[in-house]
Amino acid sequence: MWDYSETVKEHFYNPRNAGALPEANAIGEVGSISCGDALRLMLKVDPGSETIIDASFQTFGCGSAIASSSALTEIIKGKTLDQALEVSNQDIADFLGGLPPEKMHCSVMGREALQSAVANYRGEVWSDDHEEGALICKCFAVDAVMIEETIRANNLCSVEQVTNYTKAGGGCSSCHEGIEEILAKVLAERGESFTAAPPPEKKVPGKLTTLERIRKIEQVIEKARPNLQRDHGDIELVDVDGKTIYVSMKGACSGCQMEAVTLGGVQAQMIEALGEIVKVVPVKATAKLAPNSLPA
Amino acid sequence: MSIPNLTPIYLDNNATTRCAPEAVTAMLPYFTEQFGNPSSMHSFGAKVGHAVKAARTSLQKLLGAEFDSEIIYTAGGTEADNTAILSALKANPERKEIITTTVEHHAVLHLCDQLEKEGYTIHKLKVDGKGRLDLNEYAKLLSDKVAVVSVMWANNETGTFFPVVKMAEMANAAGVLFHTDAVQAVGKIPLKLQDTAIDMLSLSGHKLHGPKGIGALYLRRGARFRPLLRGGGQERGRRAGTENVPAIIGMGVAAQLALEHLDVENTYVRALRDKLQAGILAAVPHAFVTGNPDDRLPNTLNVAFEYVEGEAILMLLNKQGIAASSGSACTSGSLEPSHVMRAMGIPYTAAHGTIRFSLSHENTEAEIDRVIAAVPPIIAQLRKLSPYWGENGPVTDPEKAFAPTYA
Repeated sequence: MWDYSETVKEHFYNPRNAGALPEANAIGEVGSISCGDALRLMLKVDPGSETIIDASFQTFGCGSAIASSSALTEIIKGKTLDQALEVSNQDIADFLGGLPPEKMHCSVMGREALQSAVANYRGEVWSDDHEEGALICKCFAVDAVMIEETIRANNLCSVEQVTNYTKAGGGCSSCHEGIEEILAKVLAERGESFTAAPPPEKKVPGKLTTLERIRKIEQVIEKARPNLQRDHGDIELVDVDGKTIYVSMKGACSGCQMEAVTLGGVQAQMIEALGEIVKVVPVKATAKLAPNSLPA
Repeated sequence: MSIPNLTPIYLDNNATTRCAPEAVTAMLPYFTEQFGNPSSMHSFGAKVGHAVKAARTSLQKLLGAEFDSEIIYTAGGTEADNTAILSALKANPERKEIITTTVEHHAVLHLCDQLEKEGYTIHKLKVDGKGRLDLNEYAKLLSDKVAVVSVMWANNETGTFFPVVKMAEMANAAGVLFHTDAVQAVGKIPLKLQDTAIDMLSLSGHKLHGPKGIGALYLRRGARFRPLLRGGGQERGRRAGTENVPAIIGMGVAAQLALEHLDVENTYVRALRDKLQAGILAAVPHAFVTGNPDDRLPNTLNVAFEYVEGEAILMLLNKQGIAASSGSACTSGSLEPSHVMRAMGIPYTAAHGTIRFSLSHENTEAEIDRVIAAVPPIIAQLRKLSPYWGENGPVTDPEKAFAPTYA
């Protein structure tokens, strides 16, 4: 079951301006061969002002096609032809409180019917400028024809590039197999073969240079000090050895019953700041540092 | 104005069925007290092992299989289909061809499309306007290059049967493995697989009032097989992975009930279906039954309503609490109308308006009466919106009178 908005349902169950309009003087008839939907839009245009006095539709199509047609007639009534031509398919979708990605073509059909009707009124011939293919990217409603043409026009060769140009594949990434298939097809036409790019290097949060790492450790210590000094204690960084950070507890902190709690808090902040698991270990300020002999 | 009766009417049993309450009751202890792993060497496991064996016997009876070891439990019909075809290819690496039909379920067709990309040759048998195969075309394709034939027993959209028993004999005579996707047929028609040449058969629990997530592959003893999943020794090493015990138990009960209901299916359900068909066709002009009305599942009715679109029909039916399904492109989210309707050459103004009503023994005559009353006004309402429809019928020469610019 489609997740239709209440407005879509309302316009489907109670379509506005449905049926023939005998006094129409502008008629647009468009359809989507792949989807099977088809729409006839009829307008009554005032010749002097080119204002759309009345509009009606007849639609062979699904719930959202009928709702899109109904919405379109409501939007354009009272507008001049030039104003009406500025209505985009997104305007139709927005009017309906959004459409599922698979159904965006219904709003496109509405806009095309409008262009076709205006051309009909002006004695021009309207020809469709886009072909529709199978929906590949459901996150951003991008179809196969759009992806294929973009790859061809821009000599693209990777999924990442396709995403940059069309947005396809930029969401949940489930459609990457489909995009790769189109890439392989187009690249084969150019006599090239598709090779998958190496997986993008994951940004490991803890990947710091030694210097950056030491600075972050120092920042955490500095941040902790004022609180401890208030209680007549202090903490000092002694050394860093791999994942172990040696500190010296001073003043009231040294030997305090709460020492373990204090160190636990500092350790948690270290882990947060460095993005890696580290251990904060106290050493006696006077003891000569010999990490290997320290208790773990 | 009277308040409309909105008690839901479920006529989409080819999509899934309500799990029988008896099956649910039987399953429950296997989530709690009887949680043992059947493979374990203690009493927790042993008890469960016996229950699984009983469930297997019940399914064996429904299929008319000679041995209970011919049943391999899977996670559903799709896994059974994939297992059967991929097994045949693995077992016969020198054979690079597959014979199937244009109207199979996607579990077979989309796998075959993928195999085609990997270099296999796929022969898809065509169907005529009533969804029937040409067995001469089939006979010509059978050769020692073919690894497997995969042909469904009954079509999920139209209910139309394929002569799989005969086709299996032909494959057998040519030395070719034969698989049938019988997901829609099992539980609706009497089966006696031990008297057939069928090597493999797929079935699904939730289509016969069992739970979802369980199915089985029937594998005739002696038929060459290579597992899809390897690991533990479950299912005699033919399908690794700890058994889905509660679902197996539930499907066992469902299979037993289905066997008991088989004649109900072919008398009561068939009569309801025929009444629905007669009632709709009598009241709605320009509507026709798709598939082969003389040779189909007793529970399935697929009607094409010309000049209107299926999803719109479903939405209006749903508003009255009636659940059915459609072959329209718009219901699937793909842009193509049903591949089954296209394969039968149904024009798109009719293919998009196909509605499948699939019944079960749980439906009542009163429900059917309500549907017969509900459908005609819905079709009339939508036809009033249709550019192909005039005052009292289709406009003269509809395809010419309305010829939109197609994208």
